[in-house]
Amino acid sequence: MNDQVMSPEQRAANLKGMGCARKRVEDVRFTQGKGRYVDDIKLDGMLFGDFVRSPYAHARVVSVDTSEAMKVPGVVAVLTAQDLAPLGLHWMPTLAGDRQMVLADGKVLFQGQEVAFVVASDRYAAADAVEKVVVEYEELPVVVDPFKALEPDAPVLREDLEGKMTGAHGPRRHHNHIFTWEQGDKDATEAVLAGADVVAEEMVYYHRTHPSPLETCGCVAAMDKVTGKLTLYGTFQAPHAIRTVVSLISGLAEHNIRVISPDIGGGFGNKVGAYSGYVCSVVASIVTGKPVKWVEDRMENLMSTAFARDYWMHGKIAATKEGKITGLWCHTTADHGGFDACADPTKFPAGFMNICTGSYDIPTAYLAVDGVYTNKAPGGVAYRCSFRVTEAAYFIERMIEVLAIKLGMDAAELRRINFIRKDQFPYQSALGWEYDSGDYHTAWEKALNAVGYDALRKEQAQRLEDFKAGKTRKLIGIGLTHFTEIVGAGPVKNCDILGLGMFDSCEIRIHPTGSAIARLGTISQGQGHATTFAQILASEIGIPADNITVEEGDTDTAPYGLGTYGSRSTPVAGAATAMAGRKIRAKAQMIAAWLLEVHDDDVEFDVDRFVVKGAPERFKTMKEIAFAAYNQAIPGLEPGLEAVSYYDPPNMTYPFGAYICVMEIDVDTGVHEVRQFYALDDCGTRINPMVIEGQIHGGATEGYAIAMGQEIAYDDMGNHKSATLMDFFIPTSWETPTYQTDFTVTPSPHHPIGAKGVGESPNVGSVPCFSNAVHDAFRPFGLTQSHMPHDQWRIWKIANDLGLHG
Amino acid sequence: MANKMHVKLTLNGQQVEGLAEPRTLLIHFLRENLNVTGPHIGCETSHCGACTVDMNGKSVKSCTVFVAQANGAEVTTVEGLVNPDGSLGVIQEMFREHHGLQCGFCTPGMITRAHRLLQENPRPTEEEVRFGMAGNLCRCTGYQNIVKAILASADMLNAQKEAAE
Repeated sequence: MNDQVMSPEQRAANLKGMGCARKRVEDVRFTQGKGRYVDDIKLDGMLFGDFVRSPYAHARVVSVDTSEAMKVPGVVAVLTAQDLAPLGLHWMPTLAGDRQMVLADGKVLFQGQEVAFVVASDRYAAADAVEKVVVEYEELPVVVDPFKALEPDAPVLREDLEGKMTGAHGPRRHHNHIFTWEQGDKDATEAVLAGADVVAEEMVYYHRTHPSPLETCGCVAAMDKVTGKLTLYGTFQAPHAIRTVVSLISGLAEHNIRVISPDIGGGFGNKVGAYSGYVCSVVASIVTGKPVKWVEDRMENLMSTAFARDYWMHGKIAATKEGKITGLWCHTTADHGGFDACADPTKFPAGFMNICTGSYDIPTAYLAVDGVYTNKAPGGVAYRCSFRVTEAAYFIERMIEVLAIKLGMDAAELRRINFIRKDQFPYQSALGWEYDSGDYHTAWEKALNAVGYDALRKEQAQRLEDFKAGKTRKLIGIGLTHFTEIVGAGPVKNCDILGLGMFDSCEIRIHPTGSAIARLGTISQGQGHATTFAQILASEIGIPADNITVEEGDTDTAPYGLGTYGSRSTPVAGAATAMAGRKIRAKAQMIAAWLLEVHDDDVEFDVDRFVVKGAPERFKTMKEIAFAAYNQAIPGLEPGLEAVSYYDPPNMTYPFGAYICVMEIDVDTGVHEVRQFYALDDCGTRINPMVIEGQIHGGATEGYAIAMGQEIAYDDMGNHKSATLMDFFIPTSWETPTYQTDFTVTPSPHHPIGAKGVGESPNVGSVPCFSNAVHDAFRPFGLTQSHMPHDQWRIWKIANDLGLHG
Repeated sequence: MANKMHVKLTLNGQQVEGLAEPRTLLIHFLRENLNVTGPHIGCETSHCGACTVDMNGKSVKSCTVFVAQANGAEVTTVEGLVNPDGSLGVIQEMFREHHGLQCGFCTPGMITRAHRLLQENPRPTEEEVRFGMAGNLCRCTGYQNIVKAILASADMLNAQKEAAE
């Protein structure tokens, strides 16, 4: 049946537009091993780079002897800080306004820090030569505890900053202090706390962890000495920003740099930052005139590139005796490691931690965050979350539980009486955000009903009785969470990274035969952009998604954008896509009117065509209009059908969700079993329900890992204790729970299609949910707070400390 | 550079050969000498399974097999699991159908492992699939749809076998 005679429903289905569980176009390549990831790139004469890394967490580098390494067959060069210094490239700027050593400049500040870069003809020769580089170190006292780092006599970590009492984010009050960031009203909050009926106080630690995508970070730098053009392939979540950074630090003109992000094997925030490997590969390629590949191994990934979290959050929450929250106070000590290499918008050195009032109507609040240097790896990226939102969500969802204990209340009821009501949106939070839309009560009731909350509590109470009577050794924990995210950074007026406004972009070209290509400033790392952005366009411009190619990641062809992280692709680039589509539609309308010989206002859009109002038999399909754009001389209109949109979002979007976990815990072994995990997400308009569900499964599994075992741990000497996948917990199919997904739809009022973004919600929401389940199981025995990760030993220890082992 | 050995193996049904140091890992030989880049490197410590290939009828993690050990072996990678006409094989198609992949990095190892699992146990339970796939890590999907895809593959392969008998 052709498009001239199909019913409107058939035509709409044919588009595979928004709301359709369209199968992914990426998968045909990926399932037969035809993806093209950075390590698949092979260029003529390509060399391999490999790092010599520090075995010490804090040491002076007395000397680096590369002479024996240079004798290894196949070795072309060994770079040290001394080689980079004349180029000014031995240090590089971080995204957080700090600077970081590219190669150790006189000292090292964390174990695994890059000391020298070996370049050789193959990866084996490079690895051999790494062993032959002789580095003499002089050990220095190590500090891995951020509180000890702030003691007056703590070792000076950043000697390069000595005497500098102002950093990128204001005054520094100690040699290991980076910044203090304050939000809200301190005096008013302290007054509320002083006069409150009830105040609950707790230290909530969100431990250090790591995004650890299955593909590690890497790049191939290829300097063409004939054209003077540098092509840099890499695992970049923000290829355009990387191009600008490379230009700024290398001095190469930006038009002579082409950055390409090929297929990326997961990012989760790990691939946002700029790393020494990129700089060294670029330098090595310029020096040798040959392409240079650097791909870190797993140990290097876990030790040196972009960790996440490590926030000590001291909280006080005030309430009336009926449970109405009146104030929230939080002081956070943020461990940033040896360099401040967080990836946050410039004006937000602690990211969006000030979303920590969560889903609740809290009239008065105060937040202060102190950033601290320690002898640990730099980073502090948003691991599948939007700039510290997961820390904020964990904090408030733990504080709510702690308050419920203090009040002797049911935690579901405490949430219910404090939620921001539907009629309060747009809602101005005490810490400065304007929540766009939400309907928390509806989501909450739906979730509680779905799991049979009251029956679960009865079962739990019965189990407790049986436990006390010696009939069972297993307890039941019911974990509750209602989270509110803040994603889609962000409005250029207050969101930038390195001065680059956080807009995003889409450029569309309609081909004469009615198919199209769309290019975006973002880059998929598994989210399925090639599938879902085509769906947005299909609905906006009436061309079937199957006839639309979506391309990202090549800075020579894609319009400038800030990339994919912080759930910003759909809120920002998705909006740009819709807006560019609407520009196409506006021109298509004029073409259709001319073809139909009526006034522009006399035609209207109908699924995949423009029809004359009141005369539905008179129409021109988008396919016909596309052809006309290229073969008709239309008075007053340029030929062609193209559009570009750079979208500066007016506000952030605020996805939310209600998660409930039921967990069985064996008191004697510490073994847990997730019996049920229910996840209700409201991400506004849903573009592809299949992809959304996949995002929830994946994010919840990352949350499960973080809450139940995953940790980047150091000993007192600064030795990294979790640098392999044997020690760093990534759940397999065997221990991963199954998930029950659900949804409500509360569109964003300011987004062109009402979408809010979903990729990170499940990580943000599931971590407190799993953790709350563990805490809830032991609540009757007096547990208020026990730090994550809740691995088997730590759960056993909770039980032991509570005297449950008899 | 010295000490290179002559390596011959059967890869996806074809005789292939090359020169490599005996210490060369099979994954590097496949990816760099033979340009077979389906199997990936995720850890080089045999934990993640991204490099899984089928060797002499067993799933192996090719990041911890020396090429010398693979000399003369019969090796199948994800590239060898497409149908003769170039269309996706059953397991590949089911991964697509059930959204059993996102970034695609673990997928070649997952599918190659699933292929062997279903040879070993053509009618697995969900629990057996979860246990049998536990050597392959995925960071994106939470496994739920991978398990679904493998169970659906088993059904389809069994139906095909019955139809052929």
